[in-house]
Amino acid sequence: MAAKAEIAGQAAKTPTDIEHEELISGSEAIAHAVSLADVDVITAYPIRPYDTVMQYVAKMIANGDFDCEFIVAESEHSQFEIVKHASAVGARVFCGSSGVGWMYAFEALTVTPALRIPMVAMVGNRALDDPGAFGVEHNDALAVRDLGWMLIWVDNAQEALDTALIAYRVAENRKVFLPCAICTDGAFLTHSQYSVKVPSKAQVDRFLPPYKRDDLLLHPDNPITIAPQVNEDWVMEIRKQNDEAMKRAKGVIAEAYREFKEVFGRDYTNSMFIEEYMTDDAEIVLLGMGTISMPARVTVRKLREQGKKIGFVRLKWLRPFPTEELRKSLARFKAVGVIDRDYSFGSPSDGGVVFNEVRAALYPLAKRPLMSGFIAGLGGREVTIENITQMVEMLEKSVQIGKAEPETHWIGVRE
Amino acid sequence: MSTISIEVVYRGIFQKSLAKNICRGIVLAARKENKVGTAFGRYGDSPERNGVPAKNFAVVSDTAEELEASLAKYEPNEVDVSIAVDDTLCKGVESWAWYGLQPINKLLKPNGTLLVTANRTPEDLLKHIHKKEYPYNLAIVKGMASFSGLWVYKDDHTDVRILGALLKICPGLVSFKSLEQAILEEWKNELKVTSARKSYESVSVRKVQPTEGSDEVPFEFEKPGWKEMKEGVAIPGIPLGKEYHSEATGQTGGYKPAVNPYYKKYSARTMRPVVLFDKCIKCTLCWLHCPDSCFDVTPDGHYDVRLESCTGCSICADVCPVDGCITMVNEAFFDDNASEYEAWKKDKTTYVASVTEKIKNPQATLRSHGYRHRGQYQEEIAQEKEASHGSKG
Repeated sequence: MAAKAEIAGQAAKTPTDIEHEELISGSEAIAHAVSLADVDVITAYPIRPYDTVMQYVAKMIANGDFDCEFIVAESEHSQFEIVKHASAVGARVFCGSSGVGWMYAFEALTVTPALRIPMVAMVGNRALDDPGAFGVEHNDALAVRDLGWMLIWVDNAQEALDTALIAYRVAENRKVFLPCAICTDGAFLTHSQYSVKVPSKAQVDRFLPPYKRDDLLLHPDNPITIAPQVNEDWVMEIRKQNDEAMKRAKGVIAEAYREFKEVFGRDYTNSMFIEEYMTDDAEIVLLGMGTISMPARVTVRKLREQGKKIGFVRLKWLRPFPTEELRKSLARFKAVGVIDRDYSFGSPSDGGVVFNEVRAALYPLAKRPLMSGFIAGLGGREVTIENITQMVEMLEKSVQIGKAEPETHWIGVRE
Repeated sequence: MSTISIEVVYRGIFQKSLAKNICRGIVLAARKENKVGTAFGRYGDSPERNGVPAKNFAVVSDTAEELEASLAKYEPNEVDVSIAVDDTLCKGVESWAWYGLQPINKLLKPNGTLLVTANRTPEDLLKHIHKKEYPYNLAIVKGMASFSGLWVYKDDHTDVRILGALLKICPGLVSFKSLEQAILEEWKNELKVTSARKSYESVSVRKVQPTEGSDEVPFEFEKPGWKEMKEGVAIPGIPLGKEYHSEATGQTGGYKPAVNPYYKKYSARTMRPVVLFDKCIKCTLCWLHCPDSCFDVTPDGHYDVRLESCTGCSICADVCPVDGCITMVNEAFFDDNASEYEAWKKDKTTYVASVTEKIKNPQATLRSHGYRHRGQYQEEIAQEKEASHGSKG
């Protein structure tokens, strides 16, 4: 909250640009964005915590505030297949899921980026079964990280709304045409109400051009076949096309944030891919995704009162991964601790997914910080100020001895 | 620089909208004074089950930075005000297995206030509220446990009456003017402002000393560590039941089903079944139909409710073929979960006299909190219409 985008100048505001404030949850904020973006086709299949979005969308439709094709599918797999096809024929689409629901859709999730479908989805992050649990864990969304999905984690309801609009603009850019998942921590974001500035339709219309599929439009006037069976003569080139599209996405994202500032006044341009907090003179920083930022920033402020030079870096976009930005940021520090709300059993150093990705990104640097990974907050367990203070103490110790050992710690597990 | 945290403890599903409306009202009123806030339900309570205690929270701070300390949490560490919108919740709340019994004033700060909607006196409520090691305040907003906001239930203004009272007991929260603005914007109803003001003016508050309250030690459990837990997401089964041993008669026999020791469930109860054993024909229907297997079969073939497992669903009373054998009685009229059968066997005259007194008290048997008989709501609406028509005439 403290490091939020600031309202820029009030220049060039017309009466139709007036935004209004509502007390809404992160899910409701995304539902608002979907309505403002005038999405054509939405599919739904209930699973907590994602289902709050479909409830709000259904409510808006029932109240006559929003018009779209709202299809309740018979499974998550069908849900994602339906919007994939709708998008192929030129419809702007929205969908989403959580936990094992997202996993049940997995086949559809793999073909969506391959076919260059600019679907925008919300993942209400939830622990994977078993055990059945509702709390936040990031392994559901992380499962698609290699497939061509753009993945962004947000940490408050305002950012959820704003990011959903940015996601449409980026995904539907012909240079990109890749799906984008907005990842929201179950409970802390999906089920908590905050005061959110809801922009006007006129502002959104200026920001978001219509979705045009052009030569890829599946239509009788544009006779094409999509998704034919191929042999080894073709696959690698298709993969290379997606690789280039993902590389281009970074520039399109940056452009979208700049344009967003112009239209809506909220400025994310200094924190597009990563958001730094109290890092200017920091020696030790923690890095994490999603709402972990809240206890992290509170802890940073507390420890700074004791004179400790601590900071926090919030990683927003995991795909495309901000390699250069992270190198530039993290090389300055003596030690970096990555908090993972996920697990990757048997991985390098038995560490979390984000830890290993960030550490790999820093490998080519001549001067690298000491790096530790912290597995915390699994299954929605609260990550407390005490937990984060303990992480900082471990990092301080590694600075003293000049070595991060062990490389991975489980924090907050009952021994 | 300040943060005010408020919790609303309510009966799951029945009072979900009521609790949500109260918490939203708090944050919306605070926004009128440029404070920042968040309103949220305790995530673990959902999906809510009928009558099971649940919580909603509102946290209001002067700055976003201050508020941040209360975010990404399931519940605040401590609260300035606890609001119980059902007086039977004063006995404590247990939402899930392993939670233990949490006193209704558990999160209350020193000199904080417990606000209860009740038609009872503070002294009566304090018989069931657990003792606190420091002083706090007890405030009462008069009224029954409200279902306002649930499906067709009419808006009885409980939400704004609580908000009005809240401003009186928590003057630093917001001005009445701000609350008025928020009420008009959110509900567009002048009458609700009047209700809030009346409640603001009439709420009664009393100091509670550490010596006051129930001595009961709330049950709690220590959760095992990962090395002690079974692997493969497996949990040990509940062992089989055993013979019933009666303290009063010394007899052993019958059958006492085993129950989950980590989840007692009775905090979900607003009414309990009271059995007049002399009327029982031992037909077994209560025992067969109880969804929680909480009837113990006594050595002489009676059926005794295990009150630590009984959620007060009233199915036993509904299926009992004998008129007046099982009667549902409001929890407020009981101080413990002791066995009815043992009390009856120990002293039949005293037991029957005590039970009969309760059964004959219309306040004790009124289905007012969780469960109602079919058609009751329509009857209430009709009665109310008649009453208001009469007053006009």
